[in-house]
Amino acid sequence: MPSMTTRKASWRAPSVLPGFGLTFGFSLAWLSLIVLIPLSTLFLKSAGMGWHAFVDVGFSSRALTAYRLSFGTAIAAAFVNAVFGLLVAWVLVRYEFPGKRVVSALVDLPFALPTAVAGIALTALYAPSGWVGQYLDPLGIKVAFTPIGITVALIFIGLPFVVRSVEPVLADLGKDVEEAAATLGANRAQTFARVIFPAILPALFTGFALAFARGVGEYGSVIFISGNMPGRTEIAPLLIVTQLEQYNYDGATAIAMVMMLVSFAVLFTLNALQSIRRRRLGA
Amino acid sequence: MRRHAPGTESRTAQVLLIGLALTFLAFFLMLPLVAVFSEALKQGIRPFLDAVTNPDAFSAIRLTLIIAAISVPLNMVFGLAASWAITKFSFPGKNLLLTLIDLPFSVSPVVSGLIFVLLFGAQGLLGPWLSAHGVKIIFAVPGIILATVFITFPFVARELIPLMMEQGKDDEEAALSLGANGWQTFWHVTLPNIRWGLLYGVLLCNARAMGEFGAVSVVSGHIRGETNTMPLHVEILYNEYDFVGAFAVASLLAALALVTLVLKSVLEWRFDLHSGASH
Amino acid sequence: MKAGTLNRRLFISVAAATALAASLAGCSGGKSGNAVEITNVSYDPTRELYQAVNPAFAAYWKKKSGQDVTFRMSHGGSGKQSRAIIDGLEADVATLALAYDIDVIADKAKLLPADWQKALPDNSAPYTSTIVFLVRKGNPKGIHDWADLVKPGVQVITPNPKTSGGARWNFLAAWAYGRKAGGSDAAAETYTKRLFAQVPVLDSGARGATTTFVERGIGDVLLAWENEALLAEKKLGAGKFQIVVPSISVLAEPPVAVIANNAKKHGTEAVSKAYLEYLYTPEAQVAIARNFYRPSDPKIAEQFAGQFPKLNLVTIDKDFGGWTKAQKTFFDDGGVFDRIYTKK
Repeated sequence: MPSMTTRKASWRAPSVLPGFGLTFGFSLAWLSLIVLIPLSTLFLKSAGMGWHAFVDVGFSSRALTAYRLSFGTAIAAAFVNAVFGLLVAWVLVRYEFPGKRVVSALVDLPFALPTAVAGIALTALYAPSGWVGQYLDPLGIKVAFTPIGITVALIFIGLPFVVRSVEPVLADLGKDVEEAAATLGANRAQTFARVIFPAILPALFTGFALAFARGVGEYGSVIFISGNMPGRTEIAPLLIVTQLEQYNYDGATAIAMVMMLVSFAVLFTLNALQSIRRRRLGA
Repeated sequence: MRRHAPGTESRTAQVLLIGLALTFLAFFLMLPLVAVFSEALKQGIRPFLDAVTNPDAFSAIRLTLIIAAISVPLNMVFGLAASWAITKFSFPGKNLLLTLIDLPFSVSPVVSGLIFVLLFGAQGLLGPWLSAHGVKIIFAVPGIILATVFITFPFVARELIPLMMEQGKDDEEAALSLGANGWQTFWHVTLPNIRWGLLYGVLLCNARAMGEFGAVSVVSGHIRGETNTMPLHVEILYNEYDFVGAFAVASLLAALALVTLVLKSVLEWRFDLHSGASH
Repeated sequence: MKAGTLNRRLFISVAAATALAASLAGCSGGKSGNAVEITNVSYDPTRELYQAVNPAFAAYWKKKSGQDVTFRMSHGGSGKQSRAIIDGLEADVATLALAYDIDVIADKAKLLPADWQKALPDNSAPYTSTIVFLVRKGNPKGIHDWADLVKPGVQVITPNPKTSGGARWNFLAAWAYGRKAGGSDAAAETYTKRLFAQVPVLDSGARGATTTFVERGIGDVLLAWENEALLAEKKLGAGKFQIVVPSISVLAEPPVAVIANNAKKHGTEAVSKAYLEYLYTPEAQVAIARNFYRPSDPKIAEQFAGQFPKLNLVTIDKDFGGWTKAQKTFFDDGGVFDRIYTKK
């Protein structure tokens, strides 16, 4: 590796700083070892199946139902989080109230709490006999073991992504712009809709996408609360596990592959959008 | 420091919004946390203590600490290297690289477990070779470590990259022009600038490493006292109808999460003071 | 200077981690000197059973051979455990919920001979069980037999036959009833379809289903292993549940087998074989009965007759043509279960 540092890498822009070869080489090697090579087995295995077999299992009606559920609940949860996450970020940045520091720290709880713990806790709460469930059940609202329960778990998992994406942007947003808008005769709602919201929209979108990407693949917290009924509350990651337990490695691989491609597409779009935004800001 | 909002909204509106936000947080964050502790202590302190001092629980705790002690430093070194390469230089394909670094974060944990089974399992690509040479990866500690490293791969890098991007490379260039070599520049200029961010990333990485369930569950083999991590032990106790035990171990993990949050708040506070990020 | 201390600490933590990794690489299982270790990969409900049997066998083996035997136990859903063995979990013995899960190990990984089930008496099943109903105290919905399960408003809890060994036995027991009551396979399919329409939660394993029924309070009747039902009735919620024995059920034979290639590799063939044979001894049979499994030894079974009611039992081999056929017909993708469970 060190020999690379002396070589002039012509494909990158020149820099006086050293260590490109070392750090880039190491990063790439480690990335390959831990992420790329293991992930490539998915591609190899899928390629070995042949296109028809892949489509047959990867897009079977059961798999499609599971994708619809996984993507649907992840989107629903991300939307709820976009609305309430924005609200929480707004309240944390703009207002003063007692216990604010505690609340601010608590927002990161889902990052720190193991998903399995979150799963059993949420199930204990929202099952018909649970603390919350016992009040909802007589009203005919079933949360645990329905798609609503899955959405609740994903809201828990995804909330910090939105809050933490929006918070810094909201904090950096100059008051002067809002004041200017106000002097120009805009009311509060107009100022929010025309001035503030457009400014935080990219960050909100980032948070939304991150929460979505995380939610689609979530397993630990969901299996406890979902009820796991094929065609009704069977999420795609559970279907992968089910296929594995039936010794159907091809099926598991195909579904995993479809999910990974979707995640990759979401993330790539996100990073591309962000770099466009950075370039605009830099210009 | 923080901008004290002169409050363009009326006080009533503010109280309403704060109330709404807090209610939401209470239902979705606070209540599950309270539930864990209250279920754990439902039958008093005695069963709780029995559950957490049980030898199987103890070995699960030890394994979890070992896993974190190995995977976190590895990802820390990677995070430093990757963010140096990405933020101090410009080269084509950077977005792709960033996306690849992010990938483990959005790959379903189950898939992360699956790929290691496909690679190292007895029926996998390298399985026959490994078994012929007596190397155990899957269903042993190395497999759990690999899966954990994979899952926590982006954490440190993702924390450092935006920070180092914002800081630019002027400081480093100045140090170099004053005659420092590359390592000196890194140790004395870059590292002090990013250390709080680094610790922050390490903290989140550590929390996830200790708490991972899905991926580890696929590669662990669930051998009692040997390849059960704390989250897996929670599941096992839960499946043995030992709910107090399950929630007791879960509450240890939750307590760990709370410690993480406190440390993180402290870091944030110091971070504000040191980085000059305050306004 | 601060950076200096940080970097030293960083170095130390990396070094410590490496040292830990190295020391870990040092430990491994198998045979050494006068001690021997057996890895028993089992399914969920046998934990209490093997907790009772293992120390007894260790004492027996110490006396017989002078070796100290220790156990590594792994419990999980039967299908999951079987997959783990195929993928390289080096079990010396497998004690799973149904023969199919061991057949697959023989078939896909070739770790033991295809005729493994002949190695031990009684189809290699030292204990058996059956499927019964667990209902809430007082039997408020008046459930007495399979026909009552499809009455309107009755909610039935069973795990998913795709992932749970126990659930496959449940399904076959229901099928046996449907076939006997209606006289044909078509009638059996209609019955099971109606039955599964009454299932509100389909947990992935037997233990999950019991939790749903007992802890979450969902459902009116739980289709369960007899041993699990007895455990739930006696230990989990004493006085909150009662068992209903249906007119017909299935003889569930959870088999045990030495995973020959692994045992050979570890040098544990003799002790593994002795371990499984020990399960047929009177001492072990008593422990088996105490843990609510039906003993295979008729004499011990006689002693515990009060605990295990007599009922009409169909068998997998006589009535369903063996596991391979049953699995293919009922549970594989595109099989009967998929057909009856697809949404209308």
